[in-house]
Amino acid sequence: MPQTLFAKIWEAHLVTKRTDGRDIIYIDRHIMHDLHAPIAMQKIVDSGRTVHRPDLTWSSQDHSVSIRLDRDTNAKDGSPLNQKVRVLAKQFGIRVFDIGDAEQGISHVIGPELGMILPGSTYACPDSHACTIGGLGALAFATGTTELEHVLATQTIAFVRPKTMRVNLTGKLKPGVTAKDVILRIISQLGVDGARGYVVEYAGPVAEALEVEGRLTLCNMSIEWGARSGLIAPDEKTLAWIKGRPYAPVGAQWEAGLEGWREFKTDPGATFDREHTIDCAGLDPQITWGTNPGQVIGISDLVPDPSSVDPAKRDAFLHSLDYMGLTAGQPIAGLAVDVVFIGSCNNARMSDLEEVAKIVRGKKLASGVRALIVPGSSAVKRAAEAKGFDKVFTDAGFQWGSSGCSMCAGGEGIVATKGQRVVSTTNRNFENRQGAGVRTHLVGPAMAAAAAITGKITDVRALAEA
Amino acid sequence: MEPFISLTGSAVPLLLDDVNTDQIAPADRSHGHGADMKATLFSRWKAGDPNFVFNRPQFQEPRILVSRDNFACGSSRESAVWAMTANGIRCIVARTIADIFKENCLRNGMLTIELPADTAKDFEDKVIKADGAKHFTVDLPSQTITCPDGSKIAFDVTPAEKTALLEGLDDIGQTLKHKADIQAFEARIKQEKPWLQEAVARQ
Repeated sequence: MPQTLFAKIWEAHLVTKRTDGRDIIYIDRHIMHDLHAPIAMQKIVDSGRTVHRPDLTWSSQDHSVSIRLDRDTNAKDGSPLNQKVRVLAKQFGIRVFDIGDAEQGISHVIGPELGMILPGSTYACPDSHACTIGGLGALAFATGTTELEHVLATQTIAFVRPKTMRVNLTGKLKPGVTAKDVILRIISQLGVDGARGYVVEYAGPVAEALEVEGRLTLCNMSIEWGARSGLIAPDEKTLAWIKGRPYAPVGAQWEAGLEGWREFKTDPGATFDREHTIDCAGLDPQITWGTNPGQVIGISDLVPDPSSVDPAKRDAFLHSLDYMGLTAGQPIAGLAVDVVFIGSCNNARMSDLEEVAKIVRGKKLASGVRALIVPGSSAVKRAAEAKGFDKVFTDAGFQWGSSGCSMCAGGEGIVATKGQRVVSTTNRNFENRQGAGVRTHLVGPAMAAAAAITGKITDVRALAEA
Repeated sequence: MEPFISLTGSAVPLLLDDVNTDQIAPADRSHGHGADMKATLFSRWKAGDPNFVFNRPQFQEPRILVSRDNFACGSSRESAVWAMTANGIRCIVARTIADIFKENCLRNGMLTIELPADTAKDFEDKVIKADGAKHFTVDLPSQTITCPDGSKIAFDVTPAEKTALLEGLDDIGQTLKHKADIQAFEARIKQEKPWLQEAVARQ
């Protein structure tokens, strides 16, 4: 019987069924982080249990770390959470990707980057953006703290089998249109709860044409429309991207793995519980105007009118307009910008920084704009510095930081102030997330760079032509 | 885990769609040592709007929170549940609830009820009318909510989740009963795909 990619991964990891009907699914790789790892590890201590597979478990210091460039000389410092991670992880023999370590970075950035995540494998992380790694054709589980404790104790997750959805992305992206624009369009078209209860496979010519890092960006926002996880079938590009990375198998094991990895794709004739097709041929760069990731328009569009929405949703729509300081019918392009943040598990890999460098090289930040670039991992930071990007960015007036989640959710107290307009390459434009009363607009990295240089929301394609 | 059997108390109406966990438990308040979970709950909205429902005197000790579609979407932070339990809330009633939050609730003895739109509308009207002064009873064994006017609303819950809540089952303990199966699985994968069972930097 033809199977979906999801079903193949699920069945390859099914240990057994629990008496309550939940499937026990084996977790191949488990990367925790500093917000939740301390609480869950402490609960393991308190309950007298053990960590079943410390050798398949890591913890990265990402959410609460300083992004100061000189922080690496103070490796024993860090937040109270960072310190607690160190103490407890040592007790269990869990490797920490610590401040100052070469491998440190945002958990979902380093998992792929280190070659830990293989096609058809499973991954758990106590973070809703675990789904990032679906870009490699792997299945991610985002857990809370108690579920994290469950993964620590059993190296499995007990899950009700989710439904399946495929989103066929047809057409060919125009130049200057990126994976970020595609996922923003998907969410705006299908709704912020459109994938609730489903694992989504993104397929079709657009998914196939994306480079691997773009696929990670696309899958990263699966949770923003409620999906349990999101993934893209691995192909030769995926395998070439993984090969040679530190934790990837080598030699005979790599060769032995290849055949199986190539089978992790949906068979012709396999059926999904739901299927959608979205034509991306005419897509322009997208930007959020409101306070959820489904409130999205094209860069040339006008802020939508309340009459365009379902009456039941109108109050929330008006609240979003008010919070964002916008009037229906006004152009989004040209709005003055106060802060630009380029970073996060969504859009801070090397290819993203290359896009930014192309735009800002030899230019200066617009007067009055504060801009921050925080690489997704310490490896991305080193690679960017090897190409001189740090100098390109700082010459332009950006602050260049050490890797961490940083301003995505106001980490380390890096926030904007009330009423400020922030253009951000992150994945959540929820109110108050980047500071009380702060107005966040989500875009791709080149669009963020264009906003920083011009001081206003700008179609990066016009800037590139100028 | 503390079992959930039945509760009686006031219901607070937060009749919005897409209320996200960044609002329920703002990150700056919900992490770190000794975070005050009680004060965390909706702290930004409480500070920003004196008329916010949680600022009103009749909703200082609610047991039931009532919301609309896609409640508690966003971040997987379990502090969103802990902030509620710290305030005495043990039951969420909404039209739809985000998946990760539902899982987190189940592991904290918090009952989540999703009502179809028609029933939800009727219930919301009763919650508004009660205005915190009259009490509702949520009874899990009979799967009913009894409203102040004596009317009853039936709700669905899967048999497995009902048992887990009624008995306060330990989720980890349930899986650990299958430890031998887990170890057999590991032994098989070690033979078939050894690279999955060892994770070391090789190059």
